Amino acid sequence: MTTTSNTPSEAEATIGDPVVAPTPNDDRRRRIVKTRDFKPTDAALLIVTMLSAYSIVWIIFDQLTLLSGEFGFVVCTLGIFLALYWFVNLQIYGRHMAVDRLLGGLVTFGALCMMLPLVLLVYYVFAKGLPLLSFSRFTQTQAGVGPLSPISKGGFLHAIVGTLQQVVLAAIMGIPIAVLTAIFLNEIGGRIASSVRTVVTAMSGTPAILAGVFIYSIWVLTFHGYSGFAASLALAILLLPTVTRGTEEVLRIVHNDLREASAALGAPDWRTVWSVVLPTARSGLVTSILLGIAVSIGETAPLIMTVFGSQVMNLNPFKGPQAALPLVVYQEIKLPQKSAVALGYTCALVLFILVFAIFIIARILGSAWLQGVLRSRKGGAKGGSNAAIEEDLMSVALAPAMSMGLPRDDRSLNPDWGGEE
Amino acid sequence: MTTSDLSEESRLVATSSSGTNQSGSANPMGMEAGELVAEGVCAWFSGRLVLADVDLHMERQRVTALIGPSGCGKSTFLRILNRMHETINGAELAGSVELNGEDIYSPTQRATTVRRHIGMVFQRPNPFPAMTIEQNVLSGLRFNRIKTSNKNDVVEEALTKAGLWTEVRDRLSNLGGALSGGQQQRLCIARALAVRPSVLLMDEPCSALDPASTLRIEQTISEIREEVTVVIVTHNMQQANRVSDTCAFFLSENGKPGHIVEVGPTTKMFSDPDDPRTLDYVNGRFG
Repeated sequence: MTTTSNTPSEAEATIGDPVVAPTPNDDRRRRIVKTRDFKPTDAALLIVTMLSAYSIVWIIFDQLTLLSGEFGFVVCTLGIFLALYWFVNLQIYGRHMAVDRLLGGLVTFGALCMMLPLVLLVYYVFAKGLPLLSFSRFTQTQAGVGPLSPISKGGFLHAIVGTLQQVVLAAIMGIPIAVLTAIFLNEIGGRIASSVRTVVTAMSGTPAILAGVFIYSIWVLTFHGYSGFAASLALAILLLPTVTRGTEEVLRIVHNDLREASAALGAPDWRTVWSVVLPTARSGLVTSILLGIAVSIGETAPLIMTVFGSQVMNLNPFKGPQAALPLVVYQEIKLPQKSAVALGYTCALVLFILVFAIFIIARILGSAWLQGVLRSRKGGAKGGSNAAIEEDLMSVALAPAMSMGLPRDDRSLNPDWGGEE
Repeated sequence: MTTSDLSEESRLVATSSSGTNQSGSANPMGMEAGELVAEGVCAWFSGRLVLADVDLHMERQRVTALIGPSGCGKSTFLRILNRMHETINGAELAGSVELNGEDIYSPTQRATTVRRHIGMVFQRPNPFPAMTIEQNVLSGLRFNRIKTSNKNDVVEEALTKAGLWTEVRDRLSNLGGALSGGQQQRLCIARALAVRPSVLLMDEPCSALDPASTLRIEQTISEIREEVTVVIVTHNMQQANRVSDTCAFFLSENGKPGHIVEVGPTTKMFSDPDDPRTLDYVNGRFG
C-alpha cells in the first residue's frame, strides 16, 4: 500500500476534475436497450399478443374443431401465447431479448400459478364466511344453539378461548424445548447432534393424527379424560420440529465472526448465545416461532382425540372437554343443516382472522421498528439530542416492520454491511 | 464474582512492574500495559504441525509487529496469545505463554479471564449488529459482569481512545452496524479497550479498510501504546515500519511449519537485518 501517505483531502483531490457532464439533449448519449426494461409499448405488445393468442385458440377450439374443455384451452393459449410473444420480440428486439422474454413469461406464469390457489382460498373463505359474520360471533357461545335456532344465534367465543388456551400452553411447553434443541444443534453440536437432527427431521413428517393417538393413549385414557391440556400436549409435539429446524436455520446464518468477537471479550459460551447470537437472530427467531404456532393453531386431527369439542364455554383447560376453532369448523360443516354449514364457514373465517392477528402482533413485537423506538426512548432519557432520535427512527423505519419474509433484514445478521468503501 | 476469580485476576494483572510503568497513575481508566512472553510455542491443526518452537518477548508498552507471508502461522500465533486458538476444532499446542509472569494456559486459569485481559481486534470489523454503539462499547463489561459507576464515562473514554468519539457522540443509540467499515473497526477497538485489557492483539486490523481509515487506526495504536501492550499482525510492510517498535519475521518454507526467522527492533529489521531472507521480504522481493 503505497498511497497511505495520502491524507483524506489529498485522496479526494486525486479524483480530479469531472468530464463535462452531458446535457439531457446531448447527441453523444446512446440509447441502451436493457433486457429488463419494460416500457408502455412493451405492455401494449404483451396485451396484444395475449389477445391474439386467445383469439387464435378460440377460433381453433370453438369454431373450426369440436375440441372442448377449459384445461386444454388454457394450455393451448399459454403455448401459443409464448410462441407468439417469442416471435414478436425476435422481430423487434432480436434473439437475446426474445429468449429472455420467453423464459421470463414462463417463470411469471409459474409464480401466478402458485399464487392462484392461495388467493382463491382466501377469497372462498371470505365469500362463504363473511355474510354470517357479526360482532356477536365473537361474544356468544354455541350454548343452547340447536337445529331449529335462528341463524343469528350462536358464536365462537368458547372456541376462540379454547384454541388460544391450547396454543398458548403448547407454545409454553414446546418453544423453549425447541429453541434449546436448536441451540444445542448449532452452538454445541458434537457426536449426537447429527442423530438428534435426524430425529427432529423425522418428527416433522409425523402425521398429526399420530400425535393425537399418542396423547389419547398415554394421557386421555389414563383417567385424565378429555381436556384442553391434552390437546396442547399433542400440539406441542407437532410444533417442536418446525420451530427447531427454523431456529437452527436462523442461528446458522449468524456470522461466526460475532461469536469470536464475543469470546475474545471474555464472554462464556452461554453469554455469547444469550447476548449476541439470539439478539442477532431475533427477527428470524420470531418468524420460526410463528411458523410453529401457525402449524399448531390449524391442526384438527389431534384435537378430535384430545379436547373432544364442546358447545359451551369451558375456561379450565385442565379439566373437561373444550372447544377449538378448527374442531368447530369440522363439526359444523359435517352437520346436515344448511345454517350449521354456513356457520362452519364463518368459524373458518374467524380462525383465519385470529391467525392473521397473531402474525401481525408477533411481527410488530419482533420488528426492528419497535426495538428502535424503545432504544431511542432510552437514548432520549440519557440526554441524546432530538435530531439523533429522529435520525434513528428514520433508519429503523426503513426496515419493513410487517414483512413476512424469514430473515427480515439479512444485513442485520452480517457484520460487514454498510461500509462506505 | 467469586473470590477465586478475584485472586486469578490479581495474579494476571500483577503489579510487579516496579516503576517501569508510570502510566498507571497518569491514566484514570487504570489500564496497565502487560508483558507477554511466549516460549517454545508449537501449534497443530488436525495433527499437522503449523508453528514450530516460537519464542517471543512482547514488551510492556511496546508495539510488536508480526510480519511474514500468508500461511506462515502469524495469525495462529496471535490467537494462541489469548487462547482463541483452542476454539478451533482439532487445534492443539505446546509451549507456554506468560502474562506478567503468569502462565495463561495453567489448569487453574480460565480462558474467559485470560481473554478479558488480553483483548483482540479481528481482520473484519465485527460489531454486534443487534446492539447500539453504546451497547457495543459496554458489551465486554456486561459479558464479564463488571460493574461501573458511570457507564457514560467508560463509553466516552473508550471511544475517545479509539478516535471515534467526535464522530458518533450524537448517535450513541444508533446500531453499530450502520457505521462505515473504518468506523466499525474503531468501534471494535473501543469495545476491546473498554474492559481495560493489559494487552491488545490485532489481527490485520486494517486489511479490509481504505488508506484514510488505516491511517486513523495507526494513530489510535500510537495513542494507546502507553496503556496497553499491542501485538499486531500485518501484511503491510509500511504499516509495520510506521507503528511498531519490535518486529518478528515469521516464515514457513517448503512446507515446513512456520517459525520465527528474526526478531529485532523495527528500524534494524527494515534497514540492516541479520538474515538475508528478512531483507528480501521487507523489500518486497518475495512473499
